[in-house]
Amino acid sequence: MKKNSLEGFMKGIFILSALMSVISIVLIMYFIFAGGLPFIFEYGLKNFLLGTQWKPSNIPASYGILPMILGSIYVTIGATAIGVPIGILTATFLAKFCNDKLYKYLKPAINLMSGIPSIVYGFFGLTVIVPIMREFFGGTGMSIATASILLGIMILPTVIGMSEASIRAVPATYYEGSIALGATHERSVMKVILPAAKSGVLSSVILGIGRAIGETMAVILVAGNQPRMPKGLFKGVRTMTTNIVMEMAYAADQHREALIATAAVLFIFILIINTVFLIVKRRGEN
Amino acid sequence: MSRITRFAVKLSAFLTFGILFFIIGYILLKGIPYIKPSMFEFEYTTNNVSMFPAIVATILLVGLTLLVATPIGVFTGFYLVEYAKKGSKLVELIRIATETLSGIPSIVYGLFGMLFFVIKLKFQYSLLAGTLTVSIMVLPLIIRSTEEALMSVGNGLREGSFALGAGKLRTIFRVVLPVAMPGILSGLILSIGRVIGETAALMYTLGTATKIPDGLFSSGRTLALHMYILSSEGMHVNEVYATGVILVIIVLLLNGLSTYLGNKLTKGR
Repeated sequence: MKKNSLEGFMKGIFILSALMSVISIVLIMYFIFAGGLPFIFEYGLKNFLLGTQWKPSNIPASYGILPMILGSIYVTIGATAIGVPIGILTATFLAKFCNDKLYKYLKPAINLMSGIPSIVYGFFGLTVIVPIMREFFGGTGMSIATASILLGIMILPTVIGMSEASIRAVPATYYEGSIALGATHERSVMKVILPAAKSGVLSSVILGIGRAIGETMAVILVAGNQPRMPKGLFKGVRTMTTNIVMEMAYAADQHREALIATAAVLFIFILIINTVFLIVKRRGEN
Repeated sequence: MSRITRFAVKLSAFLTFGILFFIIGYILLKGIPYIKPSMFEFEYTTNNVSMFPAIVATILLVGLTLLVATPIGVFTGFYLVEYAKKGSKLVELIRIATETLSGIPSIVYGLFGMLFFVIKLKFQYSLLAGTLTVSIMVLPLIIRSTEEALMSVGNGLREGSFALGAGKLRTIFRVVLPVAMPGILSGLILSIGRVIGETAALMYTLGTATKIPDGLFSSGRTLALHMYILSSEGMHVNEVYATGVILVIIVLLLNGLSTYLGNKLTKGR
């Protein structure tokens, strides 16, 4: 009898633990949206999302976050353009072009790449990529392009990890069939295996997009952070994430609410990306 | 066509690994010469820019986070794999929750931690607020690795244990857990790496005090935060490199350990 009650008690503890993630996500959503939405409605959704002026210290202050929304979107597109092709091809290399002996060292290297703290990437960007960009394209070297390159590097392990797994999951018969029909190894991999793995590869890209748009500390060091409408590929830009970090330290009252509202907008972007990711992943599993 | 494909694939792989080794090599080469004993003095001053308080704060934060997140994460794994019916509503809900959690950017965690733990619960910038914030952050990682480790344990073991008259709990803790341990540990180590590398979630929860935290309600700064603050101030570039070296070495060690444990799990299968 006593033993059974322990069994039941522990099962209760396990369920309770499992519910913690649900509770956490509800709390996070509540605090971000309850902190941000009232401000958005007070200031006007259109003024907030489409306003091109972010001047918290003006009187009256203007809180338009369109520059930051565009900034986030631009650096994310740039990061995707750089990171995705390299990532997918590297994943192909790891899964189909690389011998076991080499793989034993390269696979942990990918894990290592995802383990490097973003501040280390950021500092690397600041001391290596920024001066190179300054040399070649003038200006301060802190720009959309610089942030895109750095983020492109940072999303590599995300794209590679999941793409590689989905390439490996393609049944060997696909490859064998293609070879039997006289196709070369390269052609079989590119025309048969990669297309068969496309839903997994697509998921990895979406995951990478989420990483890029949410990245903060690396971007803050290399993007320039000017809160103005993006002026060009080699001009500075501020993203939603960096807007929050930079000003939260001293923001008060309405300014602070505007920053929480920025996080709410970022959060909605992330929720959309996550939903698309889940849909693509589920479809791939079925 | 074949040759172009081969070339593109190899070039990409070369770029990826080239960049990785370049970053690590660059930080190590630039930083190691600047590591001085004065950087490990007990107290931080603007002269010695000591990272010792930051090292202590990092260790405290990691320890406390594991204390909070490990049981919750591992127990969630137990529930999902050993108890729940596959595809039930509750399981679905938990799965969506953890997958959403794993996609939330760290700055949103940081802001949430500030609004909830720091302000609402009045923890101030403190070790406690920082710990709770990053604990939620690493939960999905621990849950997933626990799940994978548990699922890799063959059902024969469980059935054998039941056949010998052991209850469910006893089976989990005495039979399944020991076999799944390397996988769970490797997930925990990845979480440690995540906490050590974290900055955005900690800036407004743990705070950035330069002293050693003297209690749960005391602020501090981790190594990564220390590195960020120094590099954004721009006055102690050499010390930033040196801090970077320490961070990279820790990450290298943790990854090595995690890989080793991961291999052990696949071998034990």
